[in-house]
Amino acid sequence: MRQTKGEKIFYAINNVLLMIISIISLYPLLYVLSASLSDPEIVAMGKVWLLPKGFSIKNYIEVLNYDGIWTAYGNTIIYAVFGTAFSLLTTICLAYPLSKKRLRGQAFFTFFAAFTMWFSAGMIPTFLNMQSLNLLDSRIGLIIGFSLNSFYMFIMRNYFASSIPDSLEESAKIDGANDLYVLIRIYLPLALPCLATLALYYMVDRWNGYLWASIIFKTESKLPLQVLIKKLILDSTWAASMDGVDTSANFNLETLTYATIVVSVIPMLAVYPWLQKYFVKGLTVGAVKG
Amino acid sequence: MLNRKTSPPVDTKTGNKRQILWKDLKRDKLLYLLLILPITVYVLFYYKPMFGLQIAFKNYNVFQGISESPWVGFEHFKTFFHSPFFGRTLKNTLMLSLYNMLFAFPAPIILALMFNEVQKIKFKKFVQTCTYIPHFISVVIVASLVTSFLSPSSGVINTIISAFGGEKVYFLTKPEYFRTIYTVMGIWQGTGFNSIVYLSVITAIDTSLYEAAMIDGANKWKQITNVTIPSILPTIVMMFIMRLGNILNVGYESIILLYQPATYETADTIGTYIYRVGLENSQYSLATAVGLVNGIVGLLLVILSNTISKRVTEYGLW
Repeated sequence: MRQTKGEKIFYAINNVLLMIISIISLYPLLYVLSASLSDPEIVAMGKVWLLPKGFSIKNYIEVLNYDGIWTAYGNTIIYAVFGTAFSLLTTICLAYPLSKKRLRGQAFFTFFAAFTMWFSAGMIPTFLNMQSLNLLDSRIGLIIGFSLNSFYMFIMRNYFASSIPDSLEESAKIDGANDLYVLIRIYLPLALPCLATLALYYMVDRWNGYLWASIIFKTESKLPLQVLIKKLILDSTWAASMDGVDTSANFNLETLTYATIVVSVIPMLAVYPWLQKYFVKGLTVGAVKG
Repeated sequence: MLNRKTSPPVDTKTGNKRQILWKDLKRDKLLYLLLILPITVYVLFYYKPMFGLQIAFKNYNVFQGISESPWVGFEHFKTFFHSPFFGRTLKNTLMLSLYNMLFAFPAPIILALMFNEVQKIKFKKFVQTCTYIPHFISVVIVASLVTSFLSPSSGVINTIISAFGGEKVYFLTKPEYFRTIYTVMGIWQGTGFNSIVYLSVITAIDTSLYEAAMIDGANKWKQITNVTIPSILPTIVMMFIMRLGNILNVGYESIILLYQPATYETADTIGTYIYRVGLENSQYSLATAVGLVNGIVGLLLVILSNTISKRVTEYGLW
């Protein structure tokens, strides 16, 4: 079909606007990348705005020579991998029984899970609870204490209930399979898109998680990347902007932190394109009324 | 979403109920076995802390612990309601929510409409990918991007201002800018990702509606206002009502990273106040009392908004 002149203008304007929006979305990250590859003094003068000036990889060499980064990186990987694994395990263990209408007490357990989405004890009781369980400053505390997300659990429950036909379970049961076998050999393989989506969600939450890690950890060697970055960046730049003058030590710190940001974001952005199709699917699955 | 009801088998013979229940429990024993792990996690980390809420009515001290500390009734609630912080934090929380609803709420709807009008699939994929990315950046990094972009000495914004001959501004120390900064940050981070929900509804619209509109001579603009927008209106209404129910929940994590005493006047919300009083000043009882008020009012608002949503859009969360 031929486009009218009006439509052509409409599409052109729309495309230009979307291009601008895309640039705005990416610009801050491009800036950080360029600044991290520039000479610290030129950055401190505010002369870098798009491309690196006075190209150097000095910042990266310094960052990678700083032991603290490696420790924090290792910690983040531990929390992300084990946290995601544990979260997925508990989510499956809850979502599968809740997807069965025949289960006695299903309504009660559903409410039990849903209630935590609308009301929580709050920050201080949660903190005191971690303290009383002796889980302050504990890696296990962070991994299991903040593992279940009821919203994600309901996405999975809806997927089990609406995307996988009951007849599969029935015929397996006739062949003598038990519930555990049905779950592991039939439901989980079929729910792979949903599992991948939720794994991504949990992983992103873990990788980016800051607040509780900053609250419960006291030992430096247990801190994840986000907490370390916060310490490096925000504390130092504030001190600088409050005085109004940057000291020469802060020049360096600024570009160093940019390099740290790049290093910490790379794994997220590297897996992102592959997982994009999954998380879009996951969100729309969650919108299905159960 | 949660409106399923179990329909226990109809039982005509009285006295057999117990036997049938026992049979059902036995039949599903493996399912109950699966429930043990998640229920334990819920009990230990979500429900057990609720017993700690009693310290809102006590003078908690570390040595006596939660149950042994002396009761003081509503003293901490009175302290909060009579303090200047009550008015300030409530106002700031509501103002940030209001800014969010005015500016951040419509943004993904508009973006989804724009995505839908892109002709070339490759370009559409590209712009979607670009706009979703900020969602995957952590609050710490976003907050530090904001801090460095607004930095008075080397920040991009101030460099532009001074290039046009303006005075450099210490944005993050000026209370009058905080709400704008916070809202813009939220829009940058969330708009792309939040558009997914609307876009998925738009792509499900029956194409024959558009064809009929074109036969009637409707131009592009008329098609958008008369077909697309009415089709996603129920979703918009539902999302808006749910947003209203969460009016007291402002993302305080990023505020903690961005505010400073100079901007408390506009930046201090209920969430940040609880954090400061509780974790920085260790006034556990007062912080718990404030959290309890916030939690209960929040719960009531969610219930209320869900009821309204069901009436208006026939769609509720339960």
